[in-house]
Amino acid sequence: MSLHVDRPRSHTLSQSLLALLVAIIALLLTFTVAGCSRIADAAPAGEHDVVPVRAPSEKIVGEEVAVLTEAPNVPAAITRKHATKVIVNLDVIEKPMRLADGVEYTMWTFGGTMPGRFIRVREGDQVELHLKNHHTSTVPHNIDLHAVTGPGGGAKNSLTMPGGESVFTFSALNPGLYVYHCATSPVPMHIANGMYGMILVEPKGGLPKVDREYYVMQSEFYTTGKFGEKGLQALDMEKGVAEQPTYVVFNGAVGALTGDKALQGKVGERVRLFVGNGGPNLVSSFHVIGEVFDNVYTEGGTTAAQHNVQTTLVPAGGSAIVEFGLEKPGDLILVDHSIFRAFNKGALGVMTVTGEDNPNVFASIKGIAGTH
Amino acid sequence: MRSLRLAILILLAFAAQASAAARPSARTERTGKARAAASRMAMIPAGSYRPLYAPVGTSRIRVAAFALDREPVTRADFLAFVSRQPSWQRGRVRSVFADAGYLADWRGVLDAGDADGLRRPVTQVSWFAARAYCASVGKRLPTVDEWEYAAAANERSSDASGDPAFRARLLALYGGMRRSASDARGFVNVHGVRALHGQVWEWTLDFNSVVLDDDSRTTGSGADARDRHLYCASSAIGATDPSDYPAFLRYAVRAGLGARSTTSTVGFRCAADVPVS
Repeated sequence: MSLHVDRPRSHTLSQSLLALLVAIIALLLTFTVAGCSRIADAAPAGEHDVVPVRAPSEKIVGEEVAVLTEAPNVPAAITRKHATKVIVNLDVIEKPMRLADGVEYTMWTFGGTMPGRFIRVREGDQVELHLKNHHTSTVPHNIDLHAVTGPGGGAKNSLTMPGGESVFTFSALNPGLYVYHCATSPVPMHIANGMYGMILVEPKGGLPKVDREYYVMQSEFYTTGKFGEKGLQALDMEKGVAEQPTYVVFNGAVGALTGDKALQGKVGERVRLFVGNGGPNLVSSFHVIGEVFDNVYTEGGTTAAQHNVQTTLVPAGGSAIVEFGLEKPGDLILVDHSIFRAFNKGALGVMTVTGEDNPNVFASIKGIAGTH
Repeated sequence: MRSLRLAILILLAFAAQASAAARPSARTERTGKARAAASRMAMIPAGSYRPLYAPVGTSRIRVAAFALDREPVTRADFLAFVSRQPSWQRGRVRSVFADAGYLADWRGVLDAGDADGLRRPVTQVSWFAARAYCASVGKRLPTVDEWEYAAAANERSSDASGDPAFRARLLALYGGMRRSASDARGFVNVHGVRALHGQVWEWTLDFNSVVLDDDSRTTGSGADARDRHLYCASSAIGATDPSDYPAFLRYAVRAGLGARSTTSTVGFRCAADVPVS
């Protein structure tokens, strides 16, 4: 419902006046019909190049406590048509967790899980974030949500000592898929120890309906021991500074998305992956072997900016949303296509697709191994 | 050590409430106590250290000789203190001096636990309480400069802070803080001081004023540590060595504290001036 008329570049004066008159009438009609709707609401995000200065404009109705999920699960899509106050409770917990078979690492977590719990809110929501630092923690922590417009993304107002709690509120002004992370000094150490997760700010109209949604987050670990060396591993700062990780993994551990923990899908279903990258250093060349991304919301924005994509970049401290239909049964392999990372450092996941074979899509004619 | 000077430096005006310790009449009485405590203190000779954030034009800060407790103050020590000074007991302490977590991990007001518990460094104590404790035994809290200088030492050198192996060791000690036993944790450094790293974080006299003093370093923003340096990557701006992660952790802990704060990871030890010879 844009109010613009064509720019009168080569118009005569009378044409300009006419255009102005039309514009005024249109404006009056708009106000009569729609009340005082704000210009900022008028144009859907991503469909124009105007830089909006946003302000919380929607009435906040009611209050709810956000249901946070552990990867690879994602909270249910938001169905309400209004903005609300959403309370998010995140507890920082430091604890040894499995990094690979026989290998443990003292993870610093948001919510006791790796990666941090997934938060889902709606554009326009007023979020009240409660950050608690468990009393068993060794150091203070805070949170910087990239979805936050405000000082330090919340970090400045959330430094929390062990046993303490910080609370701040923000308006989810911009829709999109955002990383959150700890931003307490020394930041690289906090991120290297696992302090990242994602928050989805759903656009007002929601995302297109799909059959399955999953949460996949890549990150690296820099351990004193070599890849696979057993026991409790500590952070190797030198490797971190050199950006030479020992592990590159999805969802916090080697094998977090394989075997009985593989993602599931059925032929005929549409899948959406919320893909994040906690870093701390590497950029991911995210690829699913045996599929083509039908839609890619590049860098976690709200426009399916690209279609028919093989590999998409996921920046450190950034995200991407990828969608694809499942046409063929079998195992799809999630990798960082910087392929040594997949082969030697753990960046490997599986989506098992079941259902009726579809030889029209793919069939083996001759070879050593048959197809499904 | 024979003649420890006992004047307690009251550096921070807002802390005057706990200043009973500075009364001249109390001085003589405490001289004996301090002598008795001398063996529990180590002499730290004058020297210098490289602070994480240095004033413009300097990379090292000189520190005068001082005495420092060899061990963190234990629950047993603190129990004796609150027995002598009931106004510092849990439930009686004024809320302006300590938040609700004050000594909350004790079994009772005058029950700091079993023998093992009594040997642990006391935690859940506010800066005010730590300061009052030190004053009660004729000492004071160490300054950040004193603490950091003493803590730069390992078993062989008074300044191991630039050694990557030392840093890695400190990170491992800090990481293991929570799994530590009540004693025999941390190393005795070349000064004879034990467990400056890896048992508890420790209060310092001017924990929240360090970054206030060096505004000239960044364009005089005048903001405090929380505002300027200790979140996001901005904490690396102006740091003398962005690889000194153990120091960043300690400064972040200090930035997270207020004078009323009590947490389960923060304890303290006391210091004292020594005569200028």
